[in-house]
Amino acid sequence: MSMEASTRETYGKTLIELGKQNKDIVVLDADLSPSTMTHFFAREFPNRFFDCGLEEQNMIGIAAGLAASGKTVFASTFAVFASCRCFDQVRMCLSQTKLNVKIVATHGGISVGEDGSSHHAIEDLALYCALPGFTVVVPADAIEAAEAVKVAANTYGPFYIRLSRLKTPLIYPESYHFKVGKAVTMRQGRDATIIAMGIMVAKALEASDILARQEIDCRVINMPTLKPLDEQAIVKAASETHAIVVAEEHLAHGGLGSRVAQVVAREKPVPMGFINLGDSYAMSGKAKELLQRYGLTAKNIEDVVKSVVKRKFYQYLQGTRSGE
Amino acid sequence: MAKKLRCHVITMTATAGSGHPGGSLSAADIITTLYFKILHHDPKNPQWQDRDRFILSKGHAAPILYAALAESGYFPVAELATLRKLDSRLQGHTDRNLTPGVEMSAGSLGQGLSFSIGVALAANLDRRDYKTYVLLSDGECDEGQTWEAAMSAAQFKLDNLTAIVDCNRLQLSGWTQDIMNLEPFAQKWQAFGWHTVDIDGHDFDQILAAFQEAEKTKTKPTVIIAHTIKGKGVSFMENNVAFHGKAPTSEEAERALKELKRA
Repeated sequence: MSMEASTRETYGKTLIELGKQNKDIVVLDADLSPSTMTHFFAREFPNRFFDCGLEEQNMIGIAAGLAASGKTVFASTFAVFASCRCFDQVRMCLSQTKLNVKIVATHGGISVGEDGSSHHAIEDLALYCALPGFTVVVPADAIEAAEAVKVAANTYGPFYIRLSRLKTPLIYPESYHFKVGKAVTMRQGRDATIIAMGIMVAKALEASDILARQEIDCRVINMPTLKPLDEQAIVKAASETHAIVVAEEHLAHGGLGSRVAQVVAREKPVPMGFINLGDSYAMSGKAKELLQRYGLTAKNIEDVVKSVVKRKFYQYLQGTRSGE
Repeated sequence: MAKKLRCHVITMTATAGSGHPGGSLSAADIITTLYFKILHHDPKNPQWQDRDRFILSKGHAAPILYAALAESGYFPVAELATLRKLDSRLQGHTDRNLTPGVEMSAGSLGQGLSFSIGVALAANLDRRDYKTYVLLSDGECDEGQTWEAAMSAAQFKLDNLTAIVDCNRLQLSGWTQDIMNLEPFAQKWQAFGWHTVDIDGHDFDQILAAFQEAEKTKTKPTVIIAHTIKGKGVSFMENNVAFHGKAPTSEEAERALKELKRA
């Protein structure tokens, strides 16, 4: 088993580092600081930390007011509340104003586990990607999370960064540098491309190992930035591998799959497959059981890749027959 | 000056053919007092770091704010005629990125008090002496976020923050007491930890005195509950809910301007 680390713990520690470098960094939370790990910052810089209580809407307004007064504001709560509970506030105060607020939401996706569907943020990316001006990032491991938080602190404008509750396997070396809007090719391949984000990247790598043993050579792309999307990497993958599979811990609509499909349809139509949560909510259960139950597994990625590669092959045959 | 600003509101909304004259007119005396007596500001330097901040939470009263900003010198008075027109800097509801002097983008109600708390907290963090003023409507106190913000402003002991509620007793579809009763209103704010001052929102002496009282109040925020008349200054608009979100026709505007100039 590879090394694992928690993206939210990394976030908390990175905030301290940033707080030392920049005295204009202010952190807000909505009564969840021991879980979002902003309590590290609160302990170190009590004057620059404000607990807004269970008032997410108010927290976004306060964040905007601080940012309008020159502060770089980090605001944290669970992803489900950071997206659904205060969407209008985010739209009015952050998206329309382009103010310098970083929403760092922990507990994204169904891997939250036992708390159940009320706490599973699986529509957050659709909501945030819909907002003009937002940069939307889902780091794949703790190293990428730390990098993304640092880049966000030093890039003006509103960010949404989704982190996980679970510890996730480390897939990057310490020397990795995250760039906004840049995909990372984790593995080269010719037969198909798996594009993944967050916890699904490690599973995509696992799937590509299994597929390699079956003579299917998969490219694996980590797409940490959902918005702005690295369209070039998608078009290149479609042109070179002629089959694309997208894996995400999100509902079917409005997330990474939808966004990639839009680019593929416009620029280079090729057979596609999707691994996501479809159009329904999940249940309570252990994170690993849930990922298994709802198909967010290396095995499912493997199956979908095979079916897409098969479709690609049939299309090719049909094209040959019709003399194209 | 208040009369001049009211005339601008009538002309602007009539020219635009839409807008919210009623709630602009009720706030005219409060806004006039703020811009011409209270606020330390520099229209030539809207980003001056030590300026007092005025945040219009009731974003539909944009016309009265634009009128005050223009008369203060933030932009030419002639520009008021572009209200709500394509490519104008004067949007239907306020936009902080477009209009010099506008601190907050508003229009979705109930958000201004939260924003103001952020601004007031920043003053404390930076040890700056500027004051933050925010104008709410009574109708927007239906929004739960206003009370989230009320709770937290007291929690953070923001005595550099003053809220003014323009209590014109009318919201879009009727009297506040019939739609969603706010009473006992002052007691609510007191219960949330605020110092409250009740005034006639059209009496300049009372408005000024209330701001002075707010300035002297320490360790807690102050709310000025300003009792006003929607459409104040124009007989056929006063207490007339029809003029919440409807512009006067050109004939109505003419009558209104005549009345205002005569007064």
